[in-house]
Amino acid sequence: MSTTNEDVGPTPPGERTEARAPRRRSETDRNRSRGRRSNAGLGVLAWAVGLLFVAPVLWMVLTSLHAETDAATNPPSFFAPLSLEGYRSFFGADPWPPLLNSLTASVVSTILVIVLALPAAYALSIRPVKRWTDVMFFFLSTKFLPLVAGLLPIYLFAVQVGLLDTVWLLILLYTTMNLPIAIWMLQSFLSEVPVEMLEAAQIDGAGLLRTLREVIAPVVMPGIAAAALICFIFSWNELLLARVLTGTVAGTAPVFLTSFVTSQGLFLAQVCAASFVVSLPVLAAGFAAQDKLVQGLSMGAVK
Amino acid sequence: MSTQTTAGRKAPGTAAGQPSQTMKKAGAWARRAPLLPALVFVIVMTQLPFAATIVISFMNWNAYYPDDIGFTGFDNFVRVFTDTNTREAVVATVILTVSIVLLSLVLGLAIALLLDRKFLGRGIVRTMMITPFLVVPIAAALLWKHALYNPEYGLLNGLLTLVLGADAPQPDWISTYPLPSIIVSLVWQWTPFMMLILLAGLQSRPLDVIEAARLDGANNWQIFTHMTLPHLRRYLELSTLLGAIYIVQAFDHVFTITQGGLGTANLPYFIYQTFYVGQDYGRASAAGVVTVLGTIIIGILALRTVFSMFKEES
Repeated sequence: MSTTNEDVGPTPPGERTEARAPRRRSETDRNRSRGRRSNAGLGVLAWAVGLLFVAPVLWMVLTSLHAETDAATNPPSFFAPLSLEGYRSFFGADPWPPLLNSLTASVVSTILVIVLALPAAYALSIRPVKRWTDVMFFFLSTKFLPLVAGLLPIYLFAVQVGLLDTVWLLILLYTTMNLPIAIWMLQSFLSEVPVEMLEAAQIDGAGLLRTLREVIAPVVMPGIAAAALICFIFSWNELLLARVLTGTVAGTAPVFLTSFVTSQGLFLAQVCAASFVVSLPVLAAGFAAQDKLVQGLSMGAVK
Repeated sequence: MSTQTTAGRKAPGTAAGQPSQTMKKAGAWARRAPLLPALVFVIVMTQLPFAATIVISFMNWNAYYPDDIGFTGFDNFVRVFTDTNTREAVVATVILTVSIVLLSLVLGLAIALLLDRKFLGRGIVRTMMITPFLVVPIAAALLWKHALYNPEYGLLNGLLTLVLGADAPQPDWISTYPLPSIIVSLVWQWTPFMMLILLAGLQSRPLDVIEAARLDGANNWQIFTHMTLPHLRRYLELSTLLGAIYIVQAFDHVFTITQGGLGTANLPYFIYQTFYVGQDYGRASAAGVVTVLGTIIIGILALRTVFSMFKEES
């Protein structure tokens, strides 16, 4: 594939006319993918753009692996000897409680979101309730509500009932924050279940549970994975609520990151190491499930 | 269910005007049952706090003056609308949101078009492209502020020195260009999100129709404007909508890069500061109410009139 691209590549001006040349007519299915129209120039451009976008992250990783004295230099010292100093000081600051808080809040709220969203999405897609678009719109409209606008009553309530600075409060709020998006995503996945298959299952006398297990589950499992991934990412990333509503006990990794900088002064390698470690779970999950992410994000628009 | 019915106000009771009411009602409730837990949860967790925020917005309530708490009518709202800080926050919010959404949308579309072609290492480039979206926002903000923008040892000025020599200009990016500094870091973070949605859209195009158009003599530009863009419309709307929802509420970058200084305090940061630092609960609530009303009005307009997403669903 790539070799043909490069063959076409060196003559970009002629490429366009060539693409329309009769040669195309004889092509088969395999070439329906737009491969042949591409050329090396655009491939190089894509690589350049990709490298440009990933460069700051690479710089973060490289800086995190330098000694403090080599990290903050001008001009940059790309080839300074590697050192784990930044990571040692990060882990020396005992990041485990905040990392664990983040993990608990993200995982538990994600499970709660799926448990609540799945039946709701079912009611909104397969044999939908009346005015289901209104309901969908209502869910989405709660996302227009900036988190800060409900923050004060939540803060006062949390003080009253003793939930302030607990992971439970964060779990409740992260569930609220992600539920509408999850419902939207799952609704679009569920509405892809062919009605004929449901009817066929009904005629065959399959009960609700069997229908769910054998007809609906296979279609919706990728959707659940995608929605869960998105919810996990947004919960793990959240800073504002955690900063206002937690303190020393339930502080999450993002909150820890902010305090890390101010309390330690500025140690660049350390900050980069901390930023990288905190981002690592999301990076790993995101890389592992790229395709799910794509499917999940294009929810609703896919028909 | 068409948009004509949804255009009216919500009135669940009046929806069933057809015969055999009792039977239908029982069935309707069975259908609604799975929806209720989520609906009740969301109402309790979002509408109740917001209602309380509305009440507090009419109160004079500053935690620093606990003896001076009471209702003051529209005072907070008058202050919100006359206060220059609030107006600056509104302006900053609009500038940030519009420019970031537009820039990341256009960039995301261009990159999606590049990645839609086959080339050597396409998978690797896609992985590199989505990386910024997966970096925790506060970590990204710290990275931009300290490792890239810093005038003394940041990478940007470091590269300038490397390329132009010892007397290269060493601008203080953040204090010279506060808004663009935040915009660039957020565009970097959100372009991959837009790109992913649009790439999914591109890859769902019906290729045989495009092949046919090409055989009929349509050129690339005609195919792009007449076939690709119309097909992408829903994806463009979806990415705009979701991007706007999250970017309006961007807090981490403003909080980290400029601490809201130099005219960059957007509404979320302004409310955070009024509430958390100023402890002025009444005024923070009023600003919150205004923000919500503003976003909801714009959101409804966009969804009901401009966007096609709600119109074609049935």
